[in-house]
Amino acid sequence: MRGGIKLPVVIEMKGIGKSFPGIRANDDISLTVEQGEIHVLLGENGAGKSTLMNILYGLYQPDEGQIFVKGEPVKITNPNIAISHGIGMVHQHFMLVPPFTVAENIILGKEPSKGITLDLDKAIKDVEELSKKYELKVDSQALIQDISVGMQQRVEILKTLYRGAEILILDEPTAVLTPQEIEELGVILKSLVNQGKSIILITHKLKEVMSMSDRVTIVRRGKVVDTLNTKDTNIDELAEKMVGRKVNLTVDKQEAKTAAPILEIKDLKVLDSRKLEAVKGVSLQVHSGEILGIAGVDGNGQSDLVQAITGLAKAESGEILLNGKEITNLPPKDVIASGVGHIPEDRHKRGLVLNYSLAENSILGSHYSKRFRQGLGLSYQRIREYSRKLIEEYDVRTPNEKVLAKSLSGGNQQKLIVAREIDRDPSLCIAAQPTRGLDVGAIEFVHKKLVELRDEGKAVLLVSLELDEVMTLSDRIAVMYDGKIVGILDANDATEKKLGIMMAGGSAQDAE
Amino acid sequence: MESRMNEFKEELRKTLKEIAYPLIAILISFIAGGILVYSFGKNPVVAYTALFKGSLGDLNKFGETLVTVTPLILTGLSIAFAFRCGLFNIGAEGQFIMGSVAAVWAGWAFTGLPPILHVTLTLLIGALAGGLWASVIGWLKAKVGSHEVINGIMMNYIAMYMSNFIVMTFLNEPEKAYSFAIADSAKLWRFSQAFVQFKYSRLNAGIFLALIVALAAYYILNKTVRGYEIRAVGYNPHAAEYGGISVKKNIVLAMIISGVFAGFAGAIMATGVQYRVNNLFGFTGYGLDGIAVALVGNNHPIGVILSAFLFGILQKGGPLMQIQGIPKEVVGIIQGIIILFVAANFVRVVAEQIKQNKELKRSIEKGEVE
Repeated sequence: MRGGIKLPVVIEMKGIGKSFPGIRANDDISLTVEQGEIHVLLGENGAGKSTLMNILYGLYQPDEGQIFVKGEPVKITNPNIAISHGIGMVHQHFMLVPPFTVAENIILGKEPSKGITLDLDKAIKDVEELSKKYELKVDSQALIQDISVGMQQRVEILKTLYRGAEILILDEPTAVLTPQEIEELGVILKSLVNQGKSIILITHKLKEVMSMSDRVTIVRRGKVVDTLNTKDTNIDELAEKMVGRKVNLTVDKQEAKTAAPILEIKDLKVLDSRKLEAVKGVSLQVHSGEILGIAGVDGNGQSDLVQAITGLAKAESGEILLNGKEITNLPPKDVIASGVGHIPEDRHKRGLVLNYSLAENSILGSHYSKRFRQGLGLSYQRIREYSRKLIEEYDVRTPNEKVLAKSLSGGNQQKLIVAREIDRDPSLCIAAQPTRGLDVGAIEFVHKKLVELRDEGKAVLLVSLELDEVMTLSDRIAVMYDGKIVGILDANDATEKKLGIMMAGGSAQDAE
Repeated sequence: MESRMNEFKEELRKTLKEIAYPLIAILISFIAGGILVYSFGKNPVVAYTALFKGSLGDLNKFGETLVTVTPLILTGLSIAFAFRCGLFNIGAEGQFIMGSVAAVWAGWAFTGLPPILHVTLTLLIGALAGGLWASVIGWLKAKVGSHEVINGIMMNYIAMYMSNFIVMTFLNEPEKAYSFAIADSAKLWRFSQAFVQFKYSRLNAGIFLALIVALAAYYILNKTVRGYEIRAVGYNPHAAEYGGISVKKNIVLAMIISGVFAGFAGAIMATGVQYRVNNLFGFTGYGLDGIAVALVGNNHPIGVILSAFLFGILQKGGPLMQIQGIPKEVVGIIQGIIILFVAANFVRVVAEQIKQNKELKRSIEKGEVE
């Protein structure tokens, strides 16, 4: 109910329950979505919001509870049934065929035909009509691999509309977008709603809830905490309800006391795995006592830059100096030994050997050091003692140090990595996406540790796709676009708008 | 001291747990084999009695079974070790063959050495030949990324024909389809030299050497920096690389160590059992059986010892079963079922299913789930 007018309910989920072995993902969840509203499902990672939406889209079957679409009880046993009820879903990771055109992707699965052949002309016409009707600008004949992520998302939305979706579920739609693209998405969603569509938005970002939604349902540990009208609430209240306690959304930190440069990068060029230039001549300095944040949309060379510094990728040309000593193209072992700590962006791929115990993971990177040796072999006793120390100091929640790393939650895995990399006492710490997928408590913890490191006079290079994180933590912000640093701003001068323009390739002057 | 004891107990518990699933799979396979025998109209009790009598009935039979077990332990270890580094060393067969030939050459070419020295040298040369042969596969994998299975199979054929070439030319015993015999000083000590009970078996000191190698493999894998690196590469090469571990170096090293084990198996067969190499018409099978041994032993050195023993019993007990009128193929079928069960991880899957159901039931009882 909004503005006193009772709107028809399009989706009603009643008492939904779903258990997986060992966890209760959804516990008696009820949700109503009215026609023409944008309804946010807010919750931390693992709160159960995706499970609920997967139930609505027919990917999971609920253990108990009922679903009504426009008042009719329905059983949604697979996505085709969901689509036939007018429910469409845009997944976080796009399901598009890169070498196909926009039109081909949109019609995929419901292709118009002429006899036994595909009627591509009709397809293109249909897509263009649809795109005009909903003001979703796309180039119907462009290849998916050539268009921006923002446009790919519009294609995904069009795909659901083409199949006749009345109710759209969007799973974390802003994770891959620049601030400007997020704004555009907001406009698109508003216009869809104005044409009578209803939208369910899954997110954990509070700002978007406030700017985009009409109502918000907060989920915590599989249960609904509350459903609120967005205009009657505020960010702090939402944060508290989402986490279950008061949270400090800002990071306390003193003015930076920067000193000599620790990391110096000069005209660095790096090729990616396809032998294309991913880093196109980057020069940077990170000083002692500062956090330099690198902002940018995913895939603009940040990962390649980090890999080149840490020795995981080869630098084509250029120089990398650490404390004045050249470390360009040293093997990772020597880079670590010269004083680089690295919290990798993908903790499962790089950061941990998931089948190793926490103790074994605690020494990865310094496993050959004398302190863990005894005679010919390793001293597991000393390794375990060391691991216990890390677990205690960094508050890793685990039964003991002998369990396998894979049995820990993401937050605790990340804490172990942070502990390992910081305890080695590096002069430079590279933190790539250090809080991806973590809950608020763990994020606070990681942020605090990075600021502590900076205050001890270390250099911190932060790479993050979360603009908020870069803005709150950094002392200086470098924006990366298409393999180049388009500009470096002082954190005090940086605004979301300026950074957004630069993230899309504009220069600092354009941003003024 | 106290903590050392606890550590040891823990290790033992972990080891037992790791081999529990294959053990249950073996039990189920024997039951399935029994049902099969019964359906042929034969008595399964008679069949299994014959199987165990044929392989363990007296010390001579037991000795002969251990003669088969010895190379199986080593080739099993070879496969298991490489597997821990994420490599499938199907080339163990070729490494075994090269180990045999090299050992026979060393046993024949060096003369006048004191026995202890000669036999040690012979065994070492055999093991190194296996390592050298395997290093080619490892080097190709690390350098150009070509798959170790393809190269392993190719190297097996090369090894077989090269061995035949050597046996039929400069190591050839004239007019015979086998090589010269090795000198007496290069022969391994046999049990029959000291115990009359083992008179009709070729059981030799090789079995002790195989057990020592198994312990060494366990130590290298689980207690050394090298083992830490090799296992890290096997579990997750990306994380290993991130941790400053050279993936390529460890691939080559693991392959060499694996080859040394297989070559050592060949050397023991040459110095302890056959004293020469035959002109081969096909693969010896030891390297290939090693795959099954490693699989059933869960790629764990202790598990490999036990599973090599099992395969030894099956292979040596078969003939007596046949005398009792039960087709020897039943043994092959039981072997097949065991491998199938273990490979499909059947017991583990079922056990985990039961555990999950129990957990769910418990939480329902506690009222957490309606």
